[in-house]
Amino acid sequence: MAGHTTQLDAKTLWGGKESPFQTSYGKLMMWFFLVSDALTFSGLLIAYGFTRHDAQDAWPIGEETFNSMPFLGHGYPLLYVALMTFILIVSSVTMVLAVEAGHRMDRKGVTKWMIATIIGGFFFVGSQAWEWSHFIHGSEFGKIELADGSQAIVKGHFGEIKNFTVIEAGKHHKVGEVMKDDLMHAFQHAAEKGHLEGGNIHFADGTVAKINKAKDHEMKLIIKKSGSKNVIGGKAITGAAAEKLYYEALYSGEANRVVYGANMKQNEYGPQQYAQFFFFITGFHGFHVFSGVVINIIILLGVLGGTYHKRGHYEMVEKTGLYWHFVDLVWVFVFTFFYLI
Amino acid sequence: MERDDLIEYSLHNHHDEATGKSIRKKIVQVTVLLTIITTVEVFLGALIKQSSDAWAYVKWSFIVMTLVKAAYIVMVFMHLGDEKKALRNVILIPYAIFIAYLIFIGLWEATEVAAAWKSFGF
Repeated sequence: MAGHTTQLDAKTLWGGKESPFQTSYGKLMMWFFLVSDALTFSGLLIAYGFTRHDAQDAWPIGEETFNSMPFLGHGYPLLYVALMTFILIVSSVTMVLAVEAGHRMDRKGVTKWMIATIIGGFFFVGSQAWEWSHFIHGSEFGKIELADGSQAIVKGHFGEIKNFTVIEAGKHHKVGEVMKDDLMHAFQHAAEKGHLEGGNIHFADGTVAKINKAKDHEMKLIIKKSGSKNVIGGKAITGAAAEKLYYEALYSGEANRVVYGANMKQNEYGPQQYAQFFFFITGFHGFHVFSGVVINIIILLGVLGGTYHKRGHYEMVEKTGLYWHFVDLVWVFVFTFFYLI
Repeated sequence: MERDDLIEYSLHNHHDEATGKSIRKKIVQVTVLLTIITTVEVFLGALIKQSSDAWAYVKWSFIVMTLVKAAYIVMVFMHLGDEKKALRNVILIPYAIFIAYLIFIGLWEATEVAAAWKSFGF
């Protein structure tokens, strides 16, 4: 269109009065911030997808990894995460109701729904703390490396450890002494170090004790890394065969045959990166929820103090609402791509 | 100092009780829908194993359900549906283009890396 000049008049040229988006500066900037934050989360989830896609070992499956409920034990696949999702959706709903009340200048309504939103936020952050703690401590069986070099995760009911009876005296214990404290912790610690040789627990002070343990039930080994005999995707090993393989490895006296829970170096669920992504993505999201709760509290104080009422509008509630819904939005994606698929 | 060249849009966002009532009704409807979708997702995830033949369909249905949920949250809860079309496009289109590209390149490269590891070892 060289040489062509366009007629500029008040209609085509923005004169500065009416803005093209017909929205306030603050709201627009909140949207731009959310787009950039959305790009960050997308980047993280796509990095997760990349790592999972090129992983050589079997990737953990959500319903096998996350199947516990507080006070109820395990066997409830995905239920806890579903509950967390529901809590966050409900708190998003109370937030949108607060925004709606703000548009009617209903201060009481805004206060009520803001308080409900903050409570929901605290519930979510608390749930995530439980989830992290559970993830870090891991299951009672852990992940085991079997005799053929394959690795398996273990499902079933762990028989309770009743006590340790000392059979060889050490520096601090006499023969015949019965230990009853901190059994599970001592058992797992010794298992990692390979100090459970032959079904007896060997302590650092030279004490050897016999482990009195109830029988496990419904044990099932799911192979996650192929060995010379057991391969990924093969039939799960169950019952007596599973118990034999598991305890053969656990009582082998070799260190590092079993992994409990998760840390930054290894985890019982799958490849090392799995736990790292879990910590980073859910941690980053949890940090957003936490800051959201803090911001909501600050805005609630403004509502209670009448700041926004005097101003003539409750747009601050709307803007924090945008942030809060965004946090819910991110969780919808984390829930699908981290837990479901 | 008052400026007469700016419009304070935040003051024009009010609505009356009747409008509020219909908005609240919509909020409740969306809540019910989001809850139903989440419940369906959890049931599918818990009941259908990843090793089963139906898993590919389940996986894609998860992605579709997630996008439906996301659309309702953005359009209704975040009121993007009520904003000007220009604003909606400025937010959604650049994001969508960039992320579609990133997903494509991420998965494509991952496939290649996996193949390279298989042929050349770690």
